[in-house]
Amino acid sequence: MGNQNLIERTCKQTPFYDLCIWSLKSNPESRDASVKKLAQIMVDSLKTKATETLDLIDELLQDGLALDPEMQKALTSCAERYNVIIRGDVPEINEALKTGDYKFAAKGANDAAIEANSCEIEFPTKSPLTDMNKVVHDVSVVAASIVKIIQTKFSF
Amino acid sequence: MADISPLLPVSSSDGSSDLTGQATCRRPIKVVVSIFFGLLTVGLFAALLIRNNGSVDYVDVHENERGSLASMAFEKAENLKPVSRGLAAGVSEKSNWVFGGDLPDYPWNNSMLSWQRTAFHFQPEKNWMNDPNGPLFYKGWYHLFYQYNPNAAVWGHIVWGHAVSKDLIHWLHLPLAMAADQWYDKNGVWTGSATILHDGKIVMLYTGSTTEGVQVQNLAYPADQYDPLLVHWVKYPRNPVLVPPPGIGPNDFRDPTTAWLTSEGKWRITIGSKINKTGIALVYDTKDFINYEMLDGLLHAVPGTGMWECVDFFPVSETENNGLETSINGPGVKHVVKASLDDDRHDYYAIGTYNDRNGTWIPDRPNIDVGIGLRYDYGIYYAAKTFYDQNKKRRVLWGWIGESDSEAADVKKGWASVQSIPRTILFDKKTGTHLLQWPVEEIDSLRLKGKEFNQVRIQAGSVVPLDIDSATQLDIIAEFKIDSDALEKATGSSDASFDCATSGGAAERGALGPFGLLVLADERLREQTPVYFYMTKGSDGNLKTFFCNDQSRSSKASDVDKHIYGSLVPVLRGENLSIRILVDHSIIESFGQGGRTVITSRVYPTKVIYGAAKVFLFNNATELNVTASLKIWQMNSAFIQPYPNL
Repeated sequence: MGNQNLIERTCKQTPFYDLCIWSLKSNPESRDASVKKLAQIMVDSLKTKATETLDLIDELLQDGLALDPEMQKALTSCAERYNVIIRGDVPEINEALKTGDYKFAAKGANDAAIEANSCEIEFPTKSPLTDMNKVVHDVSVVAASIVKIIQTKFSF
Repeated sequence: MADISPLLPVSSSDGSSDLTGQATCRRPIKVVVSIFFGLLTVGLFAALLIRNNGSVDYVDVHENERGSLASMAFEKAENLKPVSRGLAAGVSEKSNWVFGGDLPDYPWNNSMLSWQRTAFHFQPEKNWMNDPNGPLFYKGWYHLFYQYNPNAAVWGHIVWGHAVSKDLIHWLHLPLAMAADQWYDKNGVWTGSATILHDGKIVMLYTGSTTEGVQVQNLAYPADQYDPLLVHWVKYPRNPVLVPPPGIGPNDFRDPTTAWLTSEGKWRITIGSKINKTGIALVYDTKDFINYEMLDGLLHAVPGTGMWECVDFFPVSETENNGLETSINGPGVKHVVKASLDDDRHDYYAIGTYNDRNGTWIPDRPNIDVGIGLRYDYGIYYAAKTFYDQNKKRRVLWGWIGESDSEAADVKKGWASVQSIPRTILFDKKTGTHLLQWPVEEIDSLRLKGKEFNQVRIQAGSVVPLDIDSATQLDIIAEFKIDSDALEKATGSSDASFDCATSGGAAERGALGPFGLLVLADERLREQTPVYFYMTKGSDGNLKTFFCNDQSRSSKASDVDKHIYGSLVPVLRGENLSIRILVDHSIIESFGQGGRTVITSRVYPTKVIYGAAKVFLFNNATELNVTASLKIWQMNSAFIQPYPNL
């Protein structure tokens, strides 16, 4: 209850208020969390969503025979990007948050949004990943917004 | 009327061809498909784009509204949207919606990626690099240390890399100088600086991120002062020597400078930090680099600028053409304070006066104070640091050049970041307000054959190809003469609100600009990077000149930065306009007016690689003819490699 205020104030400063509220409140650790911890929770959410998306991509690629070459090419590229989100961006953001070099947290979060966007536009026709790409993109953007709040907030 | 600008994508209704004789007509089917696809993507990302209010910098910057979060959140989406060429150019908004009308090329095959590696810029053999650290000259060798991730092509697990050179150009890699092996730097062996003591010994101060993630300052020194290569380093056993003082956050205390002598004979350093949103520089005095007294006052502070990283503080001569040793003070000497702003990731400097007695500094011009005025470089350039080169009596500037592509591409190619070519830095006597940066003269030793072009006339609205063999490793020095009559006749307007970043790039035609060079451009100008001047005349008749670098069509890829960089450049009466450009694969460093305004840019073409790269002169102004004289040299590789038989 006590931290409701901080969560709401924080999420108001992100472009996806509902997504932010939902992601944070559904994690019990947000109860007494500092803004930095809220950022970390958001990154965990990013990792979860990205992993789910990669799992789906892998499944779709398994159906290899059913796929046309363009779709296969796009999915393979998406798999690469999602691997980078999970194994590159997420650890980068976490290390930056832990050590307080926030520009690298922002960089990692912004990059995750780019990777999700870039994956989406690889599909020449209908993308099978639209909803998931959008979630990953939006969660990344929210994480980047929270990092900005940490960077510019008063007091430490 | 056939006012041709071949820089503009010619729509199918306009059958005109450019001067190279090739029509740049777009086939109708592509327009249809791109509009369809554009509308599809509109539906997907409408929510994002509605909120996007204006052009912002690539990574987390919003220069118009500092601290505005909504716009920051969408700047990455901005990468998908090329800068509109505008109605004046006869191109409708819709057809340029997402890709400028073309379907995205499949990104990043090995050919494109391996081309990106530079030939004569310092970079490690692989993985991630960031800030330059502890540069110095010692026993015949120039040393460079740098932030390095030994495990990946993204930032993290930072340790100190090391390389040496006899000439600041030909580098030899050495083993890592320092690893993250103590509790006080376990989470990162971060940036630091070297000081050479009276007896010639070296001390290194650097920031460590402790096991708890607290930023502290540590002392290290060479294990063997007789080893000119300074391969091994020892950390002071009772580190840290400084911890965050009261009132300073544990994550707001980093990047100690080179020390300078006070009139009392003590060593003095400064360390950047912040208090709330005010960027500050703390000051400490020491006799032994182990015990410190913090001064009550700050070296300087500027509200609203946020955390100051990589602070640098050094003297420059108002009269001489050489650099000054860091402790020099006196008449004819000004001091520069520089800070890297964490909030917008740009390096800012200001020139002012240092008071040794109380350890404070004030800017000559408070309206262009640190963080709100001049930048070293208007492109991608950060964490810069100078050192005094006692070998050649010059002050040399290093700067970290990051990537502006996606991290996925970095991981795929196996590396990320380069260092700029080291630059000499001098007070600009002519303007009195700027510093001049220029590539160190040793770079000239890489010049192979050169070709001269004299008095090439570039009429308004034209592109002139320059016939040189290869165009991926070049040193270009160009001078532009403009018709002073045309300048007088031009009508002044409220066009005086021009800004490179918010303009339509090289395709936006003005009366007196843009004109300059197209580098990393192919014959059909499908990909091109213009580096150019754009002049404006205010309603008061005053001329202003801008120096810009336009990335908006530098690549067909959609996941690279497409913003336009640049700034005002002071041009004095009687000066011709001059540009020097170093082209080295995926990096271009451009110097306007002898280095008064500098722009570094990363370029990631999908087509203009290897032999497809060309150089052109262009003049897209409507009322100005321009004459250019230039010299272009092919540049050799610097053959940067591991030190042999170590």
